[in-house]
Amino acid sequence: MTISIRSVEKQFGRYPALGGVSLEIAEGELLALLGPSGSGKTTLLRVIAGLEFPDSGQVLFDDQDVTFASAAARRVGFVFQQYALFKHMTVARNIAFGLDVRKGKDKPSKVEITRRVDELLKLVELDGLGGRSPSQLSGGQRQRVALSRALAVQPRVLLLDEPFGALDATVRKSLRKELRRVHDATGVTTIFVTHDQEEALELADRVAILNQGRIEQIGAPHEVHDQPVSPFVCGFVGEANRFEGTAAGGRFTSGPVILAAAGAADGAATAFVRPHDLVLDEAGFSARVARVAVQGPLAHVDAVLADGRRLEVTAARDDAGKFSGEVRLAARKVHVFPAG
Amino acid sequence: MARRFRHPTEDPTWAKALIVTVVLAFLGLVLILPLAAVFAEALRKGLGAALAAISDADALAAVRLTLITAAISVPFNALFGLCAAWAIAKHEFPGKSLLITLIDLPFSVSPVVAGLIYVLVFGLQGWFGERLIDHDIKIIFATPGIILATIFVTLPFVARELIPLMQEQGVSEEEAAVSMGASGLRTFWRVTAPNVRWGLLYGVLLCNARAMGEFGAVSVVSGHIRGLTNTMPLHVEILYNEYNFVAAFAVAALLCLLAVLTLVLKTALEAAQPAVRGRGH
Amino acid sequence: MTADTVLAPRKRPVAARPPRRPLFRRRSAIPGFGLTLGVTLTLLSLIVLIPLSAVALKAAQLSPHEFIAVAFSQRALAAYRLTFGAALVAALINGVFGVLTAWALVRYDFPGKGVVNALVDLPFALPTAVAGIALATLYAPNGWIGAYLTPLGVKAAYNPIGVVIALTFIGLPFVVRTLEPVLRDLSADVEEAAASLGASRLATIARVVLPALAPAWMTGFAMAFARGVGEYGSVIFIAGNMPYKSEIAPLLIIIQLEQYEYQAAAAIALVMLAVSFLMLFVINAVQAWARRYS
Repeated sequence: MTISIRSVEKQFGRYPALGGVSLEIAEGELLALLGPSGSGKTTLLRVIAGLEFPDSGQVLFDDQDVTFASAAARRVGFVFQQYALFKHMTVARNIAFGLDVRKGKDKPSKVEITRRVDELLKLVELDGLGGRSPSQLSGGQRQRVALSRALAVQPRVLLLDEPFGALDATVRKSLRKELRRVHDATGVTTIFVTHDQEEALELADRVAILNQGRIEQIGAPHEVHDQPVSPFVCGFVGEANRFEGTAAGGRFTSGPVILAAAGAADGAATAFVRPHDLVLDEAGFSARVARVAVQGPLAHVDAVLADGRRLEVTAARDDAGKFSGEVRLAARKVHVFPAG
Repeated sequence: MARRFRHPTEDPTWAKALIVTVVLAFLGLVLILPLAAVFAEALRKGLGAALAAISDADALAAVRLTLITAAISVPFNALFGLCAAWAIAKHEFPGKSLLITLIDLPFSVSPVVAGLIYVLVFGLQGWFGERLIDHDIKIIFATPGIILATIFVTLPFVARELIPLMQEQGVSEEEAAVSMGASGLRTFWRVTAPNVRWGLLYGVLLCNARAMGEFGAVSVVSGHIRGLTNTMPLHVEILYNEYNFVAAFAVAALLCLLAVLTLVLKTALEAAQPAVRGRGH
Repeated sequence: MTADTVLAPRKRPVAARPPRRPLFRRRSAIPGFGLTLGVTLTLLSLIVLIPLSAVALKAAQLSPHEFIAVAFSQRALAAYRLTFGAALVAALINGVFGVLTAWALVRYDFPGKGVVNALVDLPFALPTAVAGIALATLYAPNGWIGAYLTPLGVKAAYNPIGVVIALTFIGLPFVVRTLEPVLRDLSADVEEAAASLGASRLATIARVVLPALAPAWMTGFAMAFARGVGEYGSVIFIAGNMPYKSEIAPLLIIIQLEQYEYQAAAAIALVMLAVSFLMLFVINAVQAWARRYS
């Protein structure tokens, strides 16, 4: 199912949560809504689910206006951050709930419900745990139950709010792969909210980056990382050294730092350089190496500029020895934005 | 803000209106009407008659006895509650949950039974009956019995308020104080007491309301001697049974004012100290 | 490892044996344990436990046959029926209105909510005798409410209905106050989850919200019931106190006492105590059961 979000605005009291968001989500796509807390990403997800209603704008499912349809009528699968499992029901009853509450001819037979539940338990690798109470499960298992409960109603879209936020790092990584696998197996259009850029970049087909209730950029993970369209995206996605300075005639200057900036408009500007885009170059600006930390195949270098500002350089581990004392650095790639 | 669309966890307006109406009607019928009836009956023959009933010598004696009873039983239970909470909340020992259950026991015992047990122990035919007569000590049908029965029925109030509160606060602050060399009593006064004083006050408030209002237990041990062993609630009963309704309701109105004052103070405490809360009785 | 090596006495260095732990081992560095526990146990024993045992000892002076004759006489049985029956009906009434009241207080805003919230505790704060005479006056045939009931042929006061009315007043706060915190802690996302799974509002409440409230409701219900069973002050004024008809068990104890029938009073008290302990046990069991789910 495709989803169209058209100029959606939503205020909580005087606080604008969404300030005119438009977004098209394609059939079968896995989309991440990435942003810091307060960026409106969860509100957007809840508007799609029918858990909040926008002040203006439209939400369309397959060209059908569902802006003010109730959550119950939308047939969306929603996985809550804290899972929101029904504590007094077994795992199987939890998963069956969406089918159980159907009425009349829409309600599947008991046998059919049991079959669906078993199928879903198998899909999320929880076979045999249907009789447990949610309180007897680990965090990762609860998350899987929440996922299969959402999938049980054969949702037109699967929505996940910070699906891995409450889990520890190792479980989080394995569940990430799990979600991708379930998505590929079911083919259901999926949108998840996260503040973790690594999660978004690894998992999603496309990433929408939100800031202060607006979408700053939307694109494939490599696009938002390599071609950020705004200072916010540049700072939020991936690591970056940030410099305030001026651009003039294709050069950006900030104190001792001079960078090539072809095509940048003249005037006050902000430049971002990723740590791995800084390389040793005799023609570059000078900096003093403060500390080198080797981590796996990489070397993380802390350097200090003549005016005391600090910057980070990432190099191959083999080159770690070259970073000592005074070094000269140049940028392979610079993102320059007019100061605003 | 006019909203056209209902959030999924919000009830329809008609349901809200219906529930609020039913609740207000029920509470009005069960709580407000009786309260109003007391004042209406007390003032049936004017304020003067009501005031005269309150300032009657027997009524004043009842007020005095009620105040004495509360003045002894409330501090006693505060002390008991503090001791019990300190032992239970700040230490681990076997049988703890049994002890908590036993402390709550007086709430599950009929007040009449509470009075009866003291008659069985201290009454004429009781365990100590003859020895008490020999020494000319009167407990049953006298003030000590009334105080004992009141202590029994109010025993859990402070303890059950303080135990969960102190448990929630844990022991780290006390351990820090002790590790810095503070004595036990000093640790209590300087560290624990400031953390639990509002909970203590809350328990004391409810304890006091019950102590002043207890009827069943006190009724059994009092003997109903006018001017001597009548507390205010017992005085209300006597006046009522004598068909002296204005006087009965006048004294009752005084007790109502006490109840309203208790509720006002309780609400103020809850508003000021959200950590303090009622735990049912 | 063979059986021999298992069974053979093994020499263990003395130091390796863990020191025997005393029963009351000090796990806490905080002083005052012995003193405060001692005071607690002493006072509890002197004021509650030992005097309570007097009831059993007094009743034990009766032969089993005598005990049954007084504790389960026709009059006593009628009193139990009324006491437990009225307490049950009152607790059920409070069970229904308590849910609505707690729901309105937690979920809705309405004018006078603060006053309503404070007023719910009135039965805890108001002396029971005051409640008793007020209710008796209201429901008497010429009273504010009784005057409207009489033409309908309903006799509320001086009747078992009066007992239910008094016990409804007494038990009102219990269900409300035990439900409120649970209802407040019940996170919205559970209801949202039910809604997004297609459940109607009514189905969400019936299948998700109410089951989550059930343990707290049962606790409040049991507390209201237990309180109603023992209640005396508010009931005697409105009940009419006619033997076999509107006489409650606590009153029967007092009547026996006034006739110096101490053993009979103790026997009836023992039956009531047994029920109280049973209720206490039920309340604790319900709470322990509810904790398993949290």
